[in-house]
Amino acid sequence: MTAVPTERVAEVFVEVADTLVDQFDLIEFLHMVSRRAAELVNASAAGLLLADPKQGLQFMAASDESTRLLELFQVQAHDGPCVDAFRTGLPVVNADMTTASHRWPKFAPRAVAAGVLAVHAIPLRLRRNVIGALNLFSSETSALRPADVHIVQALADVAAIGILQERAVRRGEELTEQLQGALNSRVVIEQAKGAIAQQHHVNVDEAFQLLRRYARSHQRKLGDVARAIAINPAGMPDLFGSEQPAGDPV
Amino acid sequence: MADDRTAWAHAQIRRQPRRQPGTETIADYLHRLCSATASSLPISGVGLNLMTESGGGGMAGASDSTSEQLEELQFTLGEGPCIEAFVRGQPVLEPDLEAPRATRWPMYSTSVLELGVRAVFAFPLQVGAERLGVLDLYRDQIGSLSAEQTAQAIAFAGIAVTSLLDHQQGNPPGEGAADLDDPLEYRFELYQAQGMVAVQLRVGVAEALARLRAYAYATNRRLSDVAGDVVERRLDLADDA
Repeated sequence: MTAVPTERVAEVFVEVADTLVDQFDLIEFLHMVSRRAAELVNASAAGLLLADPKQGLQFMAASDESTRLLELFQVQAHDGPCVDAFRTGLPVVNADMTTASHRWPKFAPRAVAAGVLAVHAIPLRLRRNVIGALNLFSSETSALRPADVHIVQALADVAAIGILQERAVRRGEELTEQLQGALNSRVVIEQAKGAIAQQHHVNVDEAFQLLRRYARSHQRKLGDVARAIAINPAGMPDLFGSEQPAGDPV
Repeated sequence: MADDRTAWAHAQIRRQPRRQPGTETIADYLHRLCSATASSLPISGVGLNLMTESGGGGMAGASDSTSEQLEELQFTLGEGPCIEAFVRGQPVLEPDLEAPRATRWPMYSTSVLELGVRAVFAFPLQVGAERLGVLDLYRDQIGSLSAEQTAQAIAFAGIAVTSLLDHQQGNPPGEGAADLDDPLEYRFELYQAQGMVAVQLRVGVAEALARLRAYAYATNRRLSDVAGDVVERRLDLADDA
């Protein structure tokens, strides 16, 4: 992998810190962190998984949310480098999927089939707790260098703070309460995607794009728009009617 | 998904005696669920409240008369951990009602302390965007639940949600036939299918899940397969209604 320019790293951390200052939308924040993580180390995709007290890991956000990759992220709730990073609290770096079918029998073959040849998983740490993992997919088996791992780990640590910052600091809440709320907000997004797909005759990937574009152009939180749609699908606004002309910022 | 804790919680509920033989009402089942939660965890009482977004609702089950009283108290006062958990869509755990932060419910904390309650743990009953109510755990001593106990409480709350959905469809509570599913099932597809069915049938997402479960049960198929067919547009429940 190419060396990460220092200026770019600095820019990303400033951007993340900026987002954390204001009242922010959790899912949007995690998307941004995923995109930046993928960009910084030239990964083809990056995703974040959070711990659920009931079922282990659950997918929260990814740089690319096509259905093909979503499935791959979700399989890792049970089997794969993310589970290992989550359980041990240590990064799993440069895991070669072409030779890993004995180690991760469910995940590795699916990864190779999806064109993912190398996988990296970085634990999301908060003080002594591991609350999830940041996952990077590469379409080539080239190596992530130690310096890259440090950068991604720092980004993962910031993401962990972001996930829990909202009310946690002020109210001294427990981890579980925060995580449960965060996980449910992802479920709401999926329900809204389904409602939009049905209403507007598009697939769920396109539905997500419509949802994001609408939230942005109306300067509303993604989670708020999704909730309104999922609670009352009949009152759904015309999401096509609000398309931005061009230059949709990523 | 039927995980180990859910299976364990089901077993705890089955151990509770039924009020009468034969088909059980949802109220009787929820009562047993509250009693099972109370006797399986280090707590003194459990109450279950059904609520609506518009603020209505009512007590649907309790393990004992004190818990029943506590449930009604929150509605009378209009504040408390139960209402907060419902509004915020996440658990509200208060291990010490005498702590300064508990004064955010000034009337509630004073009243429950008088009834001998020292800690409250409230778990929302929800299906993504849709909220059905709250499961409240009361304790007569100060102290937190462990991570494992919290996960167990969440499992009981999950069973309460499932039985409420089954009840909507006229299925007897506690059967959970469609619960046994592939652990590698594609979960998001199920949530997406809920949104699609909600539009197809013009119902809420909770009822959409109930309809999906009922369809899976009636056709003897796995819930995840039915959800996959809906998302791939091979199945429209409006055609089937």
